[in-house]
Amino acid sequence: MPPTSDTGAARATPAPARFANLGDRAWGWGISILGGTILVVAGLVLLELGRVARPAWEGMNVLRFLTSTDWDPVQEKFGALPFVYGTLVTSAVAILVALPVSVGLALFLSEMGPRRLRPPVAYAIEVLAAIPSVIYGLWGLFVLVPWLRGTLEPFLQGTLGFLPIFRGPMIGHGYLAGGLILALMILPTIASVTIEVLKTVPAALREGALALGATRWEAIRMAVLPYARPGILGATLLGLGRALGETMAVTMVIGNSPAISASLFAPGYTLPAVIANEFAEATGDVHIGALASLGLVLFGITLLLNAAARILISAVSRGTRGARA
Amino acid sequence: MKKLALAALLALAGTPALAADSLLINGAGATFPFPLYSKWFSEYNKAHPDIRFNYQSIGSGGGIQQFTAGTVDFGASDAPLSDAQIAKAPDVVHIPTVLGAVVVTYNAPFTGLRLTRAVLADIYLGKITKWNDPAIARANPGIKFPDAAITVVRRSDGSGTTYVFTDYLSKISAEWKAKVGNGTSVSWPVGLGGKGNEGVTGLVKQTPGAIGYVELAYATQNKLPAAPLENQEGNFVAPSLASTSAAAAGVTLPADYRVSVTDAKGKDAYPMASFTYLLVHRDAKDKAKGEAMVNFLWWAVHSGQAFAAPLDYAPLPKAVVENVEKTIHGLLVQGKPVQIAAH
Repeated sequence: MPPTSDTGAARATPAPARFANLGDRAWGWGISILGGTILVVAGLVLLELGRVARPAWEGMNVLRFLTSTDWDPVQEKFGALPFVYGTLVTSAVAILVALPVSVGLALFLSEMGPRRLRPPVAYAIEVLAAIPSVIYGLWGLFVLVPWLRGTLEPFLQGTLGFLPIFRGPMIGHGYLAGGLILALMILPTIASVTIEVLKTVPAALREGALALGATRWEAIRMAVLPYARPGILGATLLGLGRALGETMAVTMVIGNSPAISASLFAPGYTLPAVIANEFAEATGDVHIGALASLGLVLFGITLLLNAAARILISAVSRGTRGARA
Repeated sequence: MKKLALAALLALAGTPALAADSLLINGAGATFPFPLYSKWFSEYNKAHPDIRFNYQSIGSGGGIQQFTAGTVDFGASDAPLSDAQIAKAPDVVHIPTVLGAVVVTYNAPFTGLRLTRAVLADIYLGKITKWNDPAIARANPGIKFPDAAITVVRRSDGSGTTYVFTDYLSKISAEWKAKVGNGTSVSWPVGLGGKGNEGVTGLVKQTPGAIGYVELAYATQNKLPAAPLENQEGNFVAPSLASTSAAAAGVTLPADYRVSVTDAKGKDAYPMASFTYLLVHRDAKDKAKGEAMVNFLWWAVHSGQAFAAPLDYAPLPKAVVENVEKTIHGLLVQGKPVQIAAH
C-alpha cells in the first residue's frame, strides 16, 4: 500500500518486538512517558473543570442544564442549549463555506493552475493562517458585518427569503457573520492540508485515467478525489476543531445574545464566547460553576465530533481501498 | 554563547538585589480604574522608590477572589462585596478611591436626545422599539424623530459598567427589578452584546438607530454623544466629572461604603455614577506591606485625587474624603494603629 499522507508521523515502520539494548529501552520509556503526559494533562483538565463546575450541579439535573434556554446570572438559572446551538450552527456554516472553497483552491493549485503560481499562493495561505484571531474579529466588525447588513443579507432575503434561515431583521451581527469569519479562519488549514494530500496522489492514477480517455475533470473526479478523500476529511476535521474552539473573532461579530433562532441573520452566542465574556467578572460560585460546565460541554462536543469524524474517515478509507482493489 | 550565559547569570544575580531594597505590594482586580491606578503607582513609586506596586487588572470578580484567597495584598472592585462574599472575607475594608459614570450613547440623525427614567427602562425592556415613539417625543420637544427601529446594544462581557447600568434601571423601574435585576452579567430582554466599551461603541457607531451604554471616560475620549438623563429630582443632567462627583455628595455614606450612588439625590447629581473601591485587610499581617499600604491610601485620597480628572475619573467629594480619612486611621497592622507619615 502506498503512503496515504506524508504530513503526519504516521509512516509506519514496524517496531521491533523487543528492544535490543538499554539505550533503546530508555528511549522507548521516555517516549511513552511523554506520550502519556498528554493523557494525564487532558485528565487533569477534566478533573479541574469538574471541580470548579460542581457548585452549579447542586439541585440541578444535567438534562435540564443541557436543554434549558435560560441564561440568567442574576437568578442563577443556567441552561446550555443556546450556546451549544450557536457553536454547532456557526461551525456548520464555516465548514459548508470553507470546504468547497479550500478543496477547489487546492485542486486548482495542484492539478490545473500554472506551476509558477503555486509558491506565492501557498505562501498567501500560510499568511492567512498566521493572522491573529482578534484581527479577523476587527475586520469582521468593521468590514464584514456592514457588508452583510447592507449587501449580502438583503440579497439573500430577496432571492431565497422563502427559507426560514434567511428571514428576520438584518442586523449584520449573527450566526451568519460568525460562520463566515470562521470559514475564513479555517480555510487556510483545510486548503494547505488538502494541497499536501493531493501531492501524494500517485501520478500513475491520474495518467491511467487520462490514458483511458477521461477529461481532466473526469480524472480529478474519478481518480484523484476518491484517493484523497480520507485526507480531505482529516483536513476538515482539523478545521472543525479550530471552528469549535474559536473565541475572540466570533464573539466580536455574533451579537452575543443567548437565544435560539432559525434565522442565520439573528444574533446568537457560542460556548467559548460566553466563557470568555463572563468568566472574569463572574462572582458567584454557581455562575462560575455554570461557565465551567459549559467548558465540559464543549469538551464533550469536541470529543464526540472527533470520534464521529474518525469513524467516518476509517469507513471512507476502507471504501477507497475497496475501490482501488 | 558564553557571553549569553554570563549575561543570564548577571541578570539572575541582579534580581534579588533589586528585590531586597524595595517592597513589592501585589494587587489585582477591576479593569475600569486601571489607567488611574497605574498612574498612581508610578507617581507614588517616584516619591517612594522603595515601594513598588504590581497590579493585575483581571476584573473585579477575579480581584475579589484573589483577595479572599489571600494571593494578593489588596484587591480592587467596581461593586462592593455582597454579604455572602464578606462572609468569606470578614476583615475586608472598602476604600472608595474615585468615581466613574456610565453614559448612554446613540447613533441617530439627531442630537440633543434626553432620556426620561421611563423611556430608558422601556427601551432596554424592549417595550419601546421605534425612535418616533410618543414617549420619546414627549420628553424631547423640538426633535423630529424618524420612523426607525431602535437597536439596543449592551455589554456582552461581565463588567462593573453593566452592574452600574442595571443597578440604575432596577431603581427606576419596578418591572426591570422584577424581570431582570442587577449584576455584572444579566439576562437581557433584548439587544446585541458588544465586548468591552470598544465593542459596544463599534456596534453603536455602525448600526443606524442604535443605543448603548459605555463608561464616561471612554465616551469623553472618543467624543461620543451622551444623552442627559433624568435624575431623582426630575432634572436632565448631562454626564460630566462634576455631575458625577455631585452624585456621591448626595448620598448618606454607611461606615463600610457599601452603597450604590446611582439615582442619588441632588439637583445636579448625574444618576448613573458609582464608586470604585480598593479592598484591604482591616488588620494587615505583614508589617512593612501593611504600613506602606496605609500610607499609600492616605496619599491616594489626597494628593492622588489630582490625577483623577485628567484621566476622566471623578474625584471624591470633600465630605467623602473626610469619611475615608477616619476609615484609614482605623486600619491596623499586626493589631496596632499606623502612624501616617506626612505627605
